Amino acid sequence: MWHDAVLVAGKDLRIEARSRVALWQVVPFAVLVLVLLAFAIGPDQTALKHAAPGIFWVALLFSTVLAIQRSVAVESGEGTRDGLRLSGMDPAGVFLGKAAAVGLQLLALQVVLWAGVTFLFDVRVQVVWLAATACLLATVGLACAGVLYGALSAGLRVRDTLLPLLVLPVLAPVLLAGSKVWQAALSGSVSGGTQWLKILVPFAVIYLVVGVVLYGPLQEAA
Amino acid sequence: MSAVPATWRPRWLTVVGVLAVVTTAFTVWLGLWVTPPDVVQGNLARLLYVHPAVATVALYWAGGVACAGSLLYLWPRTRSFFWDRLAASAVEVGAVFSALTLVTGSLWGRPVWGVWWTWDARLTSTALLLLLEIGYLALRRVPADPHIRARRCAVAALLVAIDVPIVHFSVDWWNTLHQGGTILDPGFELHVHGSMLWTMLLSFVAFSLIFVWLLAVRYRIEVLEDAVGDQELEVSLAERWSEDTELVGAGSGTGGSTPGGSAP
Repeated sequence: MWHDAVLVAGKDLRIEARSRVALWQVVPFAVLVLVLLAFAIGPDQTALKHAAPGIFWVALLFSTVLAIQRSVAVESGEGTRDGLRLSGMDPAGVFLGKAAAVGLQLLALQVVLWAGVTFLFDVRVQVVWLAATACLLATVGLACAGVLYGALSAGLRVRDTLLPLLVLPVLAPVLLAGSKVWQAALSGSVSGGTQWLKILVPFAVIYLVVGVVLYGPLQEAA
Repeated sequence: MSAVPATWRPRWLTVVGVLAVVTTAFTVWLGLWVTPPDVVQGNLARLLYVHPAVATVALYWAGGVACAGSLLYLWPRTRSFFWDRLAASAVEVGAVFSALTLVTGSLWGRPVWGVWWTWDARLTSTALLLLLEIGYLALRRVPADPHIRARRCAVAALLVAIDVPIVHFSVDWWNTLHQGGTILDPGFELHVHGSMLWTMLLSFVAFSLIFVWLLAVRYRIEVLEDAVGDQELEVSLAERWSEDTELVGAGSGTGGSTPGGSAP
């Protein structure tokens, strides 16, 4: 399973490295969301600082949808999914590999977003380890839930419109808990943040386990 | 086109429907005329005979049937379209009850809390449940091979079911504005007494019967929809065959072959 996971993750990351869709489309989109939400809030620096955690996580969530759509799209070529299915790879390994590839891209994206909110909204994270832990846990949850829903919508002609409707309500707890942890990390309140990490941990674990179990049946249905 | 075949319409469905009407009528009578107004909330407390029962159906009955049906479909030994249709029907009826839960809760929240809506853990998780159910129904509407659609929907229903325990435990996990258990608290201590308790318990029976009736009717519609879909496919195929036969006939009549002359 682990060997298959490494192979699939390597394949997806190699495709991304060559096509650079994540670099030229997903990252600029995330920065665009940051700027648009700042326009919506207005130039008031206090309000922007207050909203910065929410803006960071909304931008991350929307970009996650794009990353998942891209992850599904690389398998949508003629016979690609069938090829992957017939390769004899463990479905759990395929799931973990695809989730790892999406997760690594999301981590890189979060570095850009973190720099973006620091630069644009003039916020400074007081408890860096707290904010970073939230990002890591959220990445696992977002990648696993995202890949699972990506597989659910794979092969459908209405995939692009259906996926956000399916996946965004599911990812909402990450937005909620992540924003709260970041608010705590910005204000320096460790206890206020660790309380919300308790949501990110089960979210990541549940979708990791559910993904490993259910990806096989989903792969057959795609 | 031939008529839709007669399908499953058992007698017990009529009995359940009649019982649902009778128990609902009794609940209305007891709730509006027999039970007294609450000491603190006055007549607003009468929503107690609607909201908890509707929420119970939305969360436990619909969620339970959808989850069990999906699991039984995914399990190879019990795989049957019966479970797929039952789960889909449960999610659809559950979505209606989830929406009703939010509406009745909102009607009660305005005078008691002062707001139509508040970002409370239970309200938010129930709203998310409704959105997840709508997502499932959107997925269900996407045309696909019945086996593929059933498998996909079964997985989607199980993913929706993850939200059910979150809604249930939200009042215990977070310090919410929404009160805890309505009839019993976690220590199994009774909160409601006398005629109010009996009316409330009757409302649970009434709404559960309504759920069973709606579920069975929706299941029947699923069966009919599938039958109509199959028939439409057969009619389309027959029309296509007859078109091709005509083309072949016309082609052979003129002594030459036509591009449409081959079988599809």
